[in-house]
Amino acid sequence: MSQPAVWILIEQNDGVIADVSWELMGKGRELADDLGGEVAGILVGHNIKDQAKEAFYYGADKVYVIDDPTLEYYRTQAYAHAISDIAKKHKPEIFLMAATSLGRDLSGAIATPLGAGLTADCTVLEIDPETKLLHQTRPAFGGNIMATIYCQIARPQMASVRPRLLPIPERDEKRTGTVIEEKTSLQETDIKTRRVEFIPDEGATVNIEDAECVVAGGRGIGNADNLKVIEELANALGGTVGCSRPLVDAGILPHAHQVGMSGHTIRPKLYIGAGISGAIHHVVGMEGADLTIVINKDPDAALLRVADYGVVGNLFDIVPAITKEIKARKGA
Amino acid sequence: MRLVVCLKQVPDASEVKIDPIKGTMVRAGVPSIANPYDMHALEEALRLKDKYGARVSILTMGPPQATDVIKRAVSLGADDGVLLSDRAFAGSDTLATSYILAQAIRKMGEEEAIDVVFCGKMAIDGDTAQVGPGIGSRLDCAVTTYVVGVRSLDKDKKTVVVERRLERGVEVVEADMPVLLTVNKEANDIRYAALPALIESIKYEVPVWTAEDVQLDLAQCGLKGSPTQVKKIFPPPQKDIETVMVTDTISDPAQIAKLLVDKIEEAGMLA
Repeated sequence: MSQPAVWILIEQNDGVIADVSWELMGKGRELADDLGGEVAGILVGHNIKDQAKEAFYYGADKVYVIDDPTLEYYRTQAYAHAISDIAKKHKPEIFLMAATSLGRDLSGAIATPLGAGLTADCTVLEIDPETKLLHQTRPAFGGNIMATIYCQIARPQMASVRPRLLPIPERDEKRTGTVIEEKTSLQETDIKTRRVEFIPDEGATVNIEDAECVVAGGRGIGNADNLKVIEELANALGGTVGCSRPLVDAGILPHAHQVGMSGHTIRPKLYIGAGISGAIHHVVGMEGADLTIVINKDPDAALLRVADYGVVGNLFDIVPAITKEIKARKGA
Repeated sequence: MRLVVCLKQVPDASEVKIDPIKGTMVRAGVPSIANPYDMHALEEALRLKDKYGARVSILTMGPPQATDVIKRAVSLGADDGVLLSDRAFAGSDTLATSYILAQAIRKMGEEEAIDVVFCGKMAIDGDTAQVGPGIGSRLDCAVTTYVVGVRSLDKDKKTVVVERRLERGVEVVEADMPVLLTVNKEANDIRYAALPALIESIKYEVPVWTAEDVQLDLAQCGLKGSPTQVKKIFPPPQKDIETVMVTDTISDPAQIAKLLVDKIEEAGMLA
């Protein structure tokens, strides 16, 4: 057999490659080096071929491109068919994709025809030094339990990986590799779904995942009026308002602001959490923050344990005091 | 029209913990519930039934007591259901589960053709969201995930138009039937059962199918049919951080704010 290949799905939406693809490319490079193998990017879409070189800059040795009008936008059947065909042909050892809407949908649809073992939403991936098997660690039961999964026999070993947990490797324009063009055998008439339209979210300006500063409120906020103490601090810092799930469930903030397991994973330079107890569902979404400040009236609140600086007290006293101090210094 | 809803009984995930000493999962005393996402899928099916007329059938895989969730669905308006129950199914991962469910759906379809299969987006115990697309692949039908609403359904053209929730917006998709839809929680609010229907549903005798009834290849079921294995389970790691408890030394909010803003400024976030 040729050297083991680690495949990375290069996720694109309307021709724009998602950053998570390069996060995975970095991990793929690491796993391939541990196995003494190669990394290949899988790039699927229409008029997309020119972007293959980007994958080399981030560490790929090869890129398989399937460029076809039927693949212009994501459709489960069209993508799963095209990609599982080339996976059957080239037999990768490992195949990773992002645990995004697209990646989780596609991974489930591909694993079935391949008969592959698939682990969803992994947070840690490593090669066992003795067995050379991929160990895949993921939260289950709403994050109350972590499980490490492996796959003895079936190949590829497939996993979807949570975005924004891994660093993006340095982009090196001197790197190159081989582009391999493949084809899909499906015609438009074979495909059973069609996009009618795409309605982008209003207020798509809220992109909490890219925010450098997030000020988040939770159940302790109480009601929509009280949210303004959070908003004022976020404004003073030029940051974004975040929240834990109870505020979304109560209709106080839309889902775009939710941090955590069923919301967004953030990696800001500064995270301030007020009135959030710190259920693991929230913590998994924010633990990548560089500087974490937590304010809670309950000294036993779990979120205080992941804080760099913890304050036990009434958020309605503390948060406005911070806002005032920031305004005073900025004004000075 | 025939609609099938895959409905899973799950432990209430928020109550499940790891025994810190034994390292095993503590499930004793944890209540079983119908997977919330699947209940929203059921509601979406019942709405189609109300609007267009349909037979709604439930499919559940699990131990004998999982008939509870089928009875609950019947109390809400489902017409019938089947429990798939066999020791051979124990330990099935998502690949084996999708095989078993797809075969059972095929068998259900022999009696009356199926137009839409509904699944929840994911189950709250495994959190994988893999089984729905897996069933769709096996049935070789149209698949549309993360559905937040059915816009329209054309019985003659055999198409359905649905809205899907994606990271940055809503995609509207037309799919040929038969189609498999996975449904998000925000799709709808689940109805309540009327008391007479609730009483009536208790009497409903749920048919039980075994591996033999569905003519399953046992090599593809349970642990044998599951390529993934669990190496270990453990409690979520606590981040190893020295938390400075500001309020251990200062109590005045203005002084606390000064110290915190010093740190924010040092981190370069005040520029």
